[in-house]
Amino acid sequence: MATVKTRSFKQQKVASSLVVNGALVLICLVWIVPTLGIFITSFRDSQEIFRTGWWTVFPHRDYVPTQDIHMDQSVDVNGQISIPGVEGQYTFEQLRAGVTTPDGKKLTWFGNKRTRLIKESQLEWVAFNTNLTLKNYQDVLGGQTVTYKDANGNTIVRQGDNLIASFLNSVAVAIPATIIPILIAAFAAYGFAWLNFPGRKFLFTIVVALLVVPLQIALIPIVQDYTKLQLNGTYLSMWLAHTGFGLPLAIYLLFNYISQLPRDILESAFIDGASPYTIFTQLILPLSVPALASFAIFQFLWVWNDYLVALVFLGGQTPVLTVSLANMVGEKGQDWQLLTSGAFISMLLPLAVFFALQRYFVRGLLAGSVKG
Amino acid sequence: MAATNVVEPKPKTNGGIVGWFAAGVGRILISIAVPLIAFVVLWQGFLFLRDSKAPQVILVLVAIVWGVGGVALLYTVTNWLVELLNPEWTRRLQPFVFVGPALAILAWFLFVPTIRTLVLSLRDATGLYWVGLSNYVYAFTDRVMLEAFRNNLLWMIFGTSFSVGLGLLIAVLADRTRFESAYKAIIFMPMAISFVGAGVIWKFVYSYKGSGSGIQEIGLLNAIVISLGGQAQPWLQQPPWNNFFLIIIMIWLQTGYAMVIISSAIKGIPSDLIEASRVDGASEVQAFFSITIPYIRGTLLTVTTTIVIFSLKLFDIVRVMTGGNYGTNVIANEFYLERFTYGNAGRASAIAIVLLIAVIPVMIYNLRQFRESKAF
Repeated sequence: MATVKTRSFKQQKVASSLVVNGALVLICLVWIVPTLGIFITSFRDSQEIFRTGWWTVFPHRDYVPTQDIHMDQSVDVNGQISIPGVEGQYTFEQLRAGVTTPDGKKLTWFGNKRTRLIKESQLEWVAFNTNLTLKNYQDVLGGQTVTYKDANGNTIVRQGDNLIASFLNSVAVAIPATIIPILIAAFAAYGFAWLNFPGRKFLFTIVVALLVVPLQIALIPIVQDYTKLQLNGTYLSMWLAHTGFGLPLAIYLLFNYISQLPRDILESAFIDGASPYTIFTQLILPLSVPALASFAIFQFLWVWNDYLVALVFLGGQTPVLTVSLANMVGEKGQDWQLLTSGAFISMLLPLAVFFALQRYFVRGLLAGSVKG
Repeated sequence: MAATNVVEPKPKTNGGIVGWFAAGVGRILISIAVPLIAFVVLWQGFLFLRDSKAPQVILVLVAIVWGVGGVALLYTVTNWLVELLNPEWTRRLQPFVFVGPALAILAWFLFVPTIRTLVLSLRDATGLYWVGLSNYVYAFTDRVMLEAFRNNLLWMIFGTSFSVGLGLLIAVLADRTRFESAYKAIIFMPMAISFVGAGVIWKFVYSYKGSGSGIQEIGLLNAIVISLGGQAQPWLQQPPWNNFFLIIIMIWLQTGYAMVIISSAIKGIPSDLIEASRVDGASEVQAFFSITIPYIRGTLLTVTTTIVIFSLKLFDIVRVMTGGNYGTNVIANEFYLERFTYGNAGRASAIAIVLLIAVIPVMIYNLRQFRESKAF
């Protein structure tokens, strides 16, 4: 009895594990296929992108043209048309929409009645499409004029997007806008956690309150200030803005970490006559590396992916990647070969950072509450 | 340890009054010169960055060194200055060397702007004349705003519930498989992608070529619909359903966040609690509802509030996908349009204040949590 019971239990377990894994694989497919789509498209030839879906690069069954049938002048195209070598008769309208013959061939009238041309095609297996190219990436990275062919073979000329420049702008914005707030927040967190001064609790309460304040509230006055200071369009404007908007969370997270550091280490340093500044640079900073790393990844992804702040303060003169990409969507909404490769370029660095340092990122997420 | 605690001998002043005077002047000169030099270096760097026509790579490198080094320099110099003072004043002022810059920036970028925006919201488009509450009348009654409110409500309700629900489902399911980390990494991946990038990804999924013979749809969704015997649709141009196609993007982006947080909470449930329920004969579903859910209730609340706030401020997706047209406008996009397209600072400020009011309950909740945590 007992053995039977365990076996059925085991079978049940296998079955349920299959169901669970199956459901998860399905969800993961839904999650990854859209990204896969633009990834594959970014390597396809422009003409093919407009003609067929990106999934046709995989082996699949498709109608492959077999021959062109030219209709003789004697055939009346307004009545029932019989086609040599094909059973049955079809009207022009039917042929125009495409008909499938009993033996599995597909016949499609090409163009208007006067062309007298019918394309015959047959369902066949198509192997992997290996016609992939890096041209899209070259086009989108450079600032030169770009030419490509659309679905009908027409040559189209576009101004390039110079994404290399945008990429550099993004780097110049993101790296200091990550390090500066961390540095300032670490100093402040240490001050709040270990130094005594009047208004300490009240000021920290304000930091907590500012955690969820939407940054829209600050944009209008800050734009006014920047205009007066002639800061609009400078990297400095972005560093300051991202520092301001990122500080509450940074201080909050680092405070939680730094205030938990063992008291006796700091006290013995104090007794040894070390100044708060020495303690901070020699003890606190090295001990807080895990927390600093967590927040660094958090802030880096946030700044790199930010669109609103960059749009408002940097605008069109020194666009970062997100702004360039959004402009491309507006101006070249159908140039998918450029959009997909551009999107992929903008995702490259954050994805690399993300997968390399995922553990720290998750830790930072878990420590944080809500970001304003 | 007391032996190491050496009191520094006072500098010898064998020159009498003159020597003392010279040393004092020197000290003052140095304490003026050092910040001055630091300031000049930073200012020159700033001018170079603002006006230089150097190659971009060099500008970027200078920018990074200048920005990061400048901040470090600022702290070092101010601290050095404060430590020159007599010990009593050093003790009093030093905390402000540490928290001062942060507080100044917070004041400049968040605290004061809140008040300034409040004032601006009571003024006209140019900010010159008082107009009373008329901007708020606009914000709460105009047809455009009402539509934005409705859409934000859709985002909040459907975006949040699906993100949290799916996140919970995936966290629970993945917890019992061998490939947990692989599944989770895939669902989590969109967190690294910008909303603009996500916009491009999904715009391609929804793309629509138009109807006609011989047209092959290159958008995934239309291709699927056609292969199932349906008709291709311009998904993003049909209100009100297009809102849901935009909300799908947010769900795609936010489910990973919900999943990671919930997953770690689930792992925190003591295993003997689950085992005890098994011994008592509870089914999986019963255990889920009577143990898992109550145990992670706090986490669910945090995740839900975070995503609700996110959906309230949502801007990028709508801006990139539809620009707020076809009945998809949201509050944050209307804010942007009012200020930066129509140039109406008054109305835009009122809309920003509306956003702020909407998050005040969360702010109060956070403050209460903070007071209870007794961190001080």
